Amino acid sequence: MTQTAKPSVRHPGLKTNKLGLTQRDYEGTQSTLCAGCGHDSITAAIVQAFFELNIAPHRVAKLSGIGCSSKTPTYFLSEAHGFNSLHGRMPSIATGANAANGKLAYIGVSGDGDSLSIGLGQFCHAMRRNVNMLYMLENNGVYGLTKGQFSASADVGTKAKRGEENQMPPIDPASMALTLGASFVARSFSGDRKQLVPLIKAGLTHRGFALVDIISPCVTFNDHEGSTKSYAHTREHGHEVVETDFVPLLHEIQVEQDHGASTAVTMHDGSVVRFRSVDEHYDPTDRDAAYAHLKKLQAQGEVATGLLFIEPMSRDLHELENTVDEPLVEVPFEKLCPGSGVLAELQSHWR
Amino acid sequence: MDQNSRDRTNDFVVKIATVNGTGSASANGMLMQAMFRMGVPVSGKNVFPSNIQGLPTWYEIRVNKHGHLARSPNVDLMVAMNPKTYEQDIAEVRPGDAVLFDSSWPLEEELFRADVLFLGIPLSHMCVENFEGARARILMKNIAYVGAVAALLSIDLEVLEEMLEEKFSAKQHLMDSNNVAIRLGYDYAKEHFDGLLRVRIEAMDANRDSVLMTGNMAAALGCVYAGATVGAWYPITPATSLMDAFRGFCADLRKDPETGKNLYCIIQAEDELAAIGMVLGAGWMGARAFTPTSGAGLSLMNEFLGLAYYAEIPAVIFDVQRAGPSTGMPTRTQQGDFFTVAFASHGDTKHVLLFPGDPTECFYFAVKAFDLAERFQTPVFVVSDLDIGMNDWVCEKLEWDDAFVPDRGKVLSAEDLQEMDHFYRYLDVDGDGIPARSLPGVDPKGAYFTRGSGHDRFGRYTEDGDLYQDVVDRIARKIEGAAEALPPPEVRLANDATVGLVTVGSCRGAVLEAIELLAEDGMALDFLRITGFPFSSAVEEFLLSHDLNIVVEQNRDGQLKRLLMLETAVPKKKLASVLDYRGSPLGADVVVQGVRNQLGLVAVEAG
Ligand SMILES: Cc1ncc(C[n+]2csc(CCOP(=O)(O)OP(=O)(O)O)c2C)c(N)n1
Ligand code: SF4
Ligand SMILES: [Mg+2]
Repeated sequence: MTQTAKPSVRHPGLKTNKLGLTQRDYEGTQSTLCAGCGHDSITAAIVQAFFELNIAPHRVAKLSGIGCSSKTPTYFLSEAHGFNSLHGRMPSIATGANAANGKLAYIGVSGDGDSLSIGLGQFCHAMRRNVNMLYMLENNGVYGLTKGQFSASADVGTKAKRGEENQMPPIDPASMALTLGASFVARSFSGDRKQLVPLIKAGLTHRGFALVDIISPCVTFNDHEGSTKSYAHTREHGHEVVETDFVPLLHEIQVEQDHGASTAVTMHDGSVVRFRSVDEHYDPTDRDAAYAHLKKLQAQGEVATGLLFIEPMSRDLHELENTVDEPLVEVPFEKLCPGSGVLAELQSHWR
Repeated sequence: MDQNSRDRTNDFVVKIATVNGTGSASANGMLMQAMFRMGVPVSGKNVFPSNIQGLPTWYEIRVNKHGHLARSPNVDLMVAMNPKTYEQDIAEVRPGDAVLFDSSWPLEEELFRADVLFLGIPLSHMCVENFEGARARILMKNIAYVGAVAALLSIDLEVLEEMLEEKFSAKQHLMDSNNVAIRLGYDYAKEHFDGLLRVRIEAMDANRDSVLMTGNMAAALGCVYAGATVGAWYPITPATSLMDAFRGFCADLRKDPETGKNLYCIIQAEDELAAIGMVLGAGWMGARAFTPTSGAGLSLMNEFLGLAYYAEIPAVIFDVQRAGPSTGMPTRTQQGDFFTVAFASHGDTKHVLLFPGDPTECFYFAVKAFDLAERFQTPVFVVSDLDIGMNDWVCEKLEWDDAFVPDRGKVLSAEDLQEMDHFYRYLDVDGDGIPARSLPGVDPKGAYFTRGSGHDRFGRYTEDGDLYQDVVDRIARKIEGAAEALPPPEVRLANDATVGLVTVGSCRGAVLEAIELLAEDGMALDFLRITGFPFSSAVEEFLLSHDLNIVVEQNRDGQLKRLLMLETAVPKKKLASVLDYRGSPLGADVVVQGVRNQLGLVAVEAG
């Protein structure tokens, strides 16, 4: 099967963003996923978020591992360089790429198998290093591409299509991220674009590692009765703890007026993320409280969603490593090579 | 020739047996460095355990006025400082030679040999009398035996004192105690044993254009000079000191003069899978990136190496080999990774390899590796070993041409892309098998999708067999094309030789010495040292033009020989092996014996 290009029809009436691009300019090739797959809805949200943030597509690097979810970077931003890497190894590629050029926007797409089993180590360590990237974990509780085996995010008691019940406790990426010191932790649902788009925008603007764990039902292998990652189950048990609104830098003042009552967090670049707690007193800047609340809801069989935690002024990989402001790939060779004089000087001590 | 009758000035071996973690390594290094400063050809080989403290360790210094610096088992002076290994150390000494030991405690009766000179110095006692504190006493005992050895071999005391001065100029009290310790050993040995040894050192002028360095230092410096900005790694002996050195050089040489910030990024990865992934991410982004590792790390990197090969991403991997398989003998040298690197990863792959023969080449080959990686858009391996990587070698001084311009290969600029109708990542437009690449962030027209899954020449996903094959065949052509771009092999021809000795890497010195020794017996042998893979036509020509090629290498399975069998037209019967894989640097004695055996000759006892 060779992938099909979408016909590029431009409707004169389509809305354009500040770069003069339409939302279609943020799309990619035609999806080859199953009709109704949660991952496709996430792709649509990604397209919308990048469009609305006025990010030039070619200034984005989009990366993924292996899985149905990891196929999706072909379905958005066709003018961005893409890297469909190895199963579970996208974080290392993203880390190296980011080290070399910290001035691009990075989006990594992964699955629950990709991130929580084979790639658990890399996933955790990219978080520890606070690599400046948006990390989309498209979580369906199964391995879609290898036809429906349980993944490590499958809940105890959830049923596979053929009936067997999962007995092992799940790895919850959001609570794990909180304990690992992640600087941005969000959870959402592929079926809730209204919640997801602002989270993606906030994640892209956050300087550091932004995890968005998205329940993304697999219609083919995990959307049946008895599955805790089905559309129906997620709709019923999803529990928004905070409403999140992302306010880009330029609109700050205008929005101030709209929402007087909610709390606001200012990001590195001056953009504002505005919260309205749905659960009383929920404070998304208090890591321990966020963790406790998450666990409490989990015990009740509910899935906390929204921007669960943010540390907007965290130090990313480049700050931790004290690298120069310009991308390393743009430093001219003359600045990197010390030359013959230095070589002679150095060697005068090697005697 | 009988060792007793020949002039042994500047031609001897000192072996020092100590306990790991007692500070003896720097004392031993001092001895070797002093001999170097006296202008005499010298080598020092550290034989150390995989342990931080407590296990036996040895240091072998060979001095040879003719410049033969491979390891030699013919120990003239054994400095036996480890009672736990007295028995084996004393047994190793040849009749007529000497053992220096600490006579603070009596040597057990049964250890004495009538045919060996025993030189006892009460080193520990002297140190207890002169220094305070257990640690200082242990450290100063090392310096005291350095002084004793200096006296026994006529090493210039001023040279040693000058070295102490340089080392401790900022710490007067350390300098004082070191000077006292040196004198303790020196004076005692002078007073009691002057002129007893058959061997001695005499100043020469052989090292004027030389420096002392390890291969890992040199390789790290090569990375700096090549313009590498991203290094990712996971600690593993014997590769660790390469990244340590890179970090050290960068701290001095790679700070932005205005901001003081780093013009490099070193990431200690969570494992080698991640290390190579980071290197590929950086290489894909357009940075020069590298990772140092050893066998176990390479095994982990395999899946990514296949991706790099197939998706055509530049990367430089330093494989500092150690004894395998598995954890093997992690602090012992070997050349057992040739198969692993040549065809790393599943599916059809073949990788570009460089084999430095000494630290000097580690520097030049490191620089070359980055050029080749970018030019051929593929991982390039610089394959050295523990002996080259971690031991101090006397090396030709490094030179740098300030006119050097890195070869970035076919990297398209925004202007290049704008001028093109279409950019297709995997399209070979000029027939050399190398397509052009674009870097992320440069221009929308350069966008493409990098993947390890099937793709056609236009960079599109495919499962069409013909389109798939088109690309993998082109990559094979590309890699074949690299053969002639690699550093040429080293060839030395004797007159009318019909047998060639073929070798690689650190075996060089031992093989060249063996050729000289065998020539003394009237046996003419040609010499070929392989420096790269895929093999160039010069390699094949050499093999075909000899009746027999004896491949000398340090692994059990004759991996280099087998590669030659696979990758050149040489008939199997023209190839033979001399192998030594016990974990020590190769000695000429092993080669001489091996060649004799291969040629069906019985060793002739020298008269
Ligand atoms: C090293 C390796 N082992 C196994 C596989 C097979 N494999 C491909 S995708 C996948 C699981 C994907 O699951 P997930 O990440 O949850 O993605 P989904 O398809 O569910 O979106 C596996 C096991 C592989 N590609 N590589
Ligand atoms: S198998 Fe599941 S995860 Fe994969 S495309 Fe189909 S619905 Fe989506
Ligand atoms: Mg999954």
